Amino acid sequence: MKFGVVVFPGTWSDRDCGWVIDQVLGAELQYLWHKDADLKGCDCVILPGGFAYGDYLRTGAIARFAPVMEKIGEFADRGGLVWGICNGFQVLCEAGLLPGALIRNASLEFRCQWTNLVVERTDLAFTSQCSEREVIRVPISHGEGNYFADPATLSRLEQRGQVIFRYCDANGRVTNSANPNGSTHNIAGIVNARGNVLGMMPHPERCAEPELGGTDGLKLFRSVAANAMKVLVS
Amino acid sequence: MIARVIITPKPVVNDPQGITVKQGLASLGFREVGDVRIGKYIEVSLEASSEHEARQRVEAMCKQLLANHVIEDYRFEIEPDGHKRR
Repeated sequence: MKFGVVVFPGTWSDRDCGWVIDQVLGAELQYLWHKDADLKGCDCVILPGGFAYGDYLRTGAIARFAPVMEKIGEFADRGGLVWGICNGFQVLCEAGLLPGALIRNASLEFRCQWTNLVVERTDLAFTSQCSEREVIRVPISHGEGNYFADPATLSRLEQRGQVIFRYCDANGRVTNSANPNGSTHNIAGIVNARGNVLGMMPHPERCAEPELGGTDGLKLFRSVAANAMKVLVS
Repeated sequence: MIARVIITPKPVVNDPQGITVKQGLASLGFREVGDVRIGKYIEVSLEASSEHEARQRVEAMCKQLLANHVIEDYRFEIEPDGHKRR
């Protein structure tokens, strides 16, 4: 099992993801430079958080032109696991690998805080180690994480069960007060129709060790490690 | 030629910046303000053999990069003998 972590100019969570993969999970780690036109045999490619290309024009708008993105698109089309976290989610939306867009938080503030997420599906490679409707605690750190999609796209996402994580309270109730950024339907993470491309605003790599205040994020890394090969074979 | 491109959030997209600025204007006494929407202005200087061609090219630029059609609308003017604003 080999994880690839993409590094764009301006990416800042690459080392955090790399640490979890290499030191906590004990899986193989390969950093992928944005100019690489080869995914080097990775089974899952992570687009980490940060400000790729300075978030010029719009968050994620320029990153989609990086040579590595073309390969990631092809990899996703073949069923490869692609996991966008925070800025990585924004990049996936701009690249058209996921529907919708992330806009300015409703509060206009950069939010850096713990959130509770209800896991809506556990039949996916990313969440198989979570239990049904489990509430996981994962921090967010973003100014533009307010998920927006037009009503038709939104109802398609809901009907097909593509919403994977929703902001909720500690008891799993999806409420307005538990929504940190104004996201429609409290959406914190979605997958594509096939279920092999995940975008999420919260940072699982920042809660994979008890020293950091929680380990729920590690469940997602473990899920991917356990499932990557299965997905590629199917 | 110069294309002056205006990008605005779609009417259905909540614009918290606009709302906040509207509140600011109201507190300064501009009570007549009904709505404020904040977008961006992009100036593109380009070579084109006709205004029609420039229009088609800028339209394509807007669709492919300058605007995100999920959340933004765009409009633009072409100035055939336009000069860069200093």
